[in-house]
Amino acid sequence: MRQSWWKILGLVMVAASIVVGFLGPVPALFLLHETIRNVYFHVPMWSAMFALYLISVIYSIRYLNKGRVNDDLMAVEAVNTGIVFCIIGLLTGMQWANITWGDFWPNDPKTNGSAIATLMYLAYLVLRNALEEEQKRAKISAIYNIFAFPIMIVLMYIMPKMTDSLHPGSGGNGTFGDLDMDNQMRPVFYAATIGWILIGVWICTLRYRVRLLENKRNLID
Amino acid sequence: MIIMKKIITILLLCITSHHTFAQNQIEMATALRSSGKIYVVVLVLLTIFVVLGIFLFMLDKRIKKLEK
Repeated sequence: MRQSWWKILGLVMVAASIVVGFLGPVPALFLLHETIRNVYFHVPMWSAMFALYLISVIYSIRYLNKGRVNDDLMAVEAVNTGIVFCIIGLLTGMQWANITWGDFWPNDPKTNGSAIATLMYLAYLVLRNALEEEQKRAKISAIYNIFAFPIMIVLMYIMPKMTDSLHPGSGGNGTFGDLDMDNQMRPVFYAATIGWILIGVWICTLRYRVRLLENKRNLID
Repeated sequence: MIIMKKIITILLLCITSHHTFAQNQIEMATALRSSGKIYVVVLVLLTIFVVLGIFLFMLDKRIKKLEK
């Protein structure tokens, strides 16, 4: 993961999504108008967050299996980076909702679910700080993380689909594919998603490497 | 009189709108000024993003140095 080709790939993909995202063709839709282009920027934030939380839970399971401290550190840094993307997603979603749905916080099940999921992951970080003993902290927080991940999926991706939601793909609303009938947006959207996931993982590895250095210094002291 | 006033205002509006239309025609369309100048926004966002990317690479390098 120290190679740089995938980092450049991520940057190029997002840069391409910025250029084509503004200039490319989009379907003209009622209410949405040009804001449909937000799909290229708002949604990938959540994809990046999801990818990072997934990495976190994988490393938590690995920690419980092998008991290596580094895996625990990776799990924390993935959550730390994921929360940043989640906050960006919430803020951009609020800005978009204010114009198209008429309220910063329209009490949409998906919006509320993501807010609760964010609080759950903030609790994970608080829990870690509350425990002094290193091994105990790593073990308890890894188990908490494994429980938090499926609850996050239920809150953000399953529950909103079962009730009426303003977001696409829920209740009577069509999915993203129904809005984009001629698949004009799909390649740009995928490029943006993959690009932002790669950049998220990159930031996460940077934080992880700093954390390793800090850990090493603490051991020497 | 009222009808006259209305006609005059409509005429005035026509003239002014025609005037702006003429201005639009005179303006030289370089690439960055076309399409409602959206290209400028694209350029700005791209600049922000590229600089952020370079910043991330520099951070990466510094961490690499520390690791050695």
